[in-house]
Amino acid sequence: MSNIKLLKEKASNVRKDIVQMICAAKSGHPGGSLSAADIVTALYFDEMNIDPANPKMEGRDRFVLSKGHAAPVIYAALAERGYFSKDLLGTLRQYGSILQGHPDMKKVPGVEISTGSLGQGLSVANGMALSAKISKEDFRTYVLMGDGELQEGQIWEAAMTAAHYKLDNICAFVDFNNLQIDGNVDKVMGVEPLDKKWEAFGWNVLKIDGHDMEAILDALAKAKECKGKPTVIIAETTKGKGVSFMENVCGFHGVAPTEEETAKAVAELEHVEKIEA
Amino acid sequence: MAKKATRTAYGEALVELGNLNKDVVVLDADLTKSTKTAMFQAEFPERHINVGIAEGDLMATAAGLATCGKIPFASTFAMFAAGRGFEQIRNTIAYPKLNVKIAPTHAGISVGEDGGSHQSIEDIALMRAIPGMVVLSPADATETKKMVHAAAEYNGPVYIRMGRLDVPVLFDEDYDFEIGPANTIKEGTDVTVAATGILVAEALTAAEKLAEEGISVRVINVGTIKPLDGNTILKAAQETKFIVTAEEHSVIGGLGSAVSEFLGETHPTLVKKIGIYDEFGQSGKGAELLEKYELTAEKIISVIKENL
Repeated sequence: MSNIKLLKEKASNVRKDIVQMICAAKSGHPGGSLSAADIVTALYFDEMNIDPANPKMEGRDRFVLSKGHAAPVIYAALAERGYFSKDLLGTLRQYGSILQGHPDMKKVPGVEISTGSLGQGLSVANGMALSAKISKEDFRTYVLMGDGELQEGQIWEAAMTAAHYKLDNICAFVDFNNLQIDGNVDKVMGVEPLDKKWEAFGWNVLKIDGHDMEAILDALAKAKECKGKPTVIIAETTKGKGVSFMENVCGFHGVAPTEEETAKAVAELEHVEKIEA
Repeated sequence: MAKKATRTAYGEALVELGNLNKDVVVLDADLTKSTKTAMFQAEFPERHINVGIAEGDLMATAAGLATCGKIPFASTFAMFAAGRGFEQIRNTIAYPKLNVKIAPTHAGISVGEDGGSHQSIEDIALMRAIPGMVVLSPADATETKKMVHAAAEYNGPVYIRMGRLDVPVLFDEDYDFEIGPANTIKEGTDVTVAATGILVAEALTAAEKLAEEGISVRVINVGTIKPLDGNTILKAAQETKFIVTAEEHSVIGGLGSAVSEFLGETHPTLVKKIGIYDEFGQSGKGAELLEKYELTAEKIISVIKENL
């Protein structure tokens, strides 16, 4: 289980970077970045066949951050993985930075598609997966969507396309934290029952605790075994996960923590890391 | 004069491209017979993707294919490509400058019987406003084929606006097309008509009739609306008395706007715009509607005579 321990440590580093970079930027989206940190860590540090020294490596696996406002989580993971210097994290959202408010594939090594406008990432992932099928390549495409994002109709267009073309080389995640800008997802515009919806659209559906590293890895392995249909992993998460005063607080969807809050958050994350070690 | 629809030439060009380049893939949204991508589908079924009636999905799926090195041509009606798919084109294709060819058919009012809901008269304006988007508008079947090949060779987003109706074949196989330069297809010294799409044939007819009356009309075929060939337009503004633009599109944001914007800053010149004047189309035969909305050689003649 040393692998799990290492991944948890990486996730904790990713979380610290998220909080610190958003604090430095004085704007950004901490809540949904923190809720996705364990999933993204599992992908970048265990699951995906990628090479930070060669971001465009042929046959590499692809990751699409459909919920592009969680840019800090992918920036933190890419920097931690060595795609670019961690020093750049402090330039998030600043003029001249490669780290735009939402991910820009033209600027950031390792970002496979520019995102930000919600609802489009699954279609893009379908395009990547179709390309693999057409060219008989065996790379896999991963995509992370928000639960609020599922309110976009295009997600369901893409869900049909993926099932229709039997894109079993796609593994999608729903970061199910039940919060969006205006409040609880079930209050703003309910998306449940998610498992039944995805099943009805022809997908293999797995449901996990999105902060349980072993469960994430296990689900990823199961997704690979499923042939003939795409897999969606509905990951139950907590918005702001890992920072007590951000957890389940809608206000931290798109608001930066102060310096005091950031120091407190980093201390908390380090404390948890010590206990787990 | 032989007639052929630009969409038919598109279907044929796709098959040629499919044979030339295995990276060419074609996407459609349940209009394969109308857009003629069915021709490619018949030859290369494994490289044809029908996403169903889902134009947002169509555009973003094409973007995903392009990130993997494919050269996707995405087709539907112009209304639903530029209209329904605008934001996907803007953010997921053009913002990352992906190599996607947006190749709609059924542009303009000559769509005919389907009526105003299906007659795209704003698509040039929408596409032209997107940074870096190349906007092409073929005058006939020959130019369509050359444009499709040129678009495939160009690396970046391109919008190719094609039509439904059979239209005169104006050009021989040796007609040159490259992205950028406008083609002066008839020399003239009194006045210039800068036309695009099916209005190019009307401009030529008008020029021939006016020649009989001793009026010398230059005709420029603006196949590339963006980037606009400023040199050719400027030369025409300097060498002839005024410019008439003619297009099967709204006068707001189309070729007429592009020419006016350019000349306003470089060489203030009278630009008379022929196009749709801030109204929607309606059902009818294509030819009837072109008559009704005055997208004809007769209209070009009268505008020239009124202003000469």
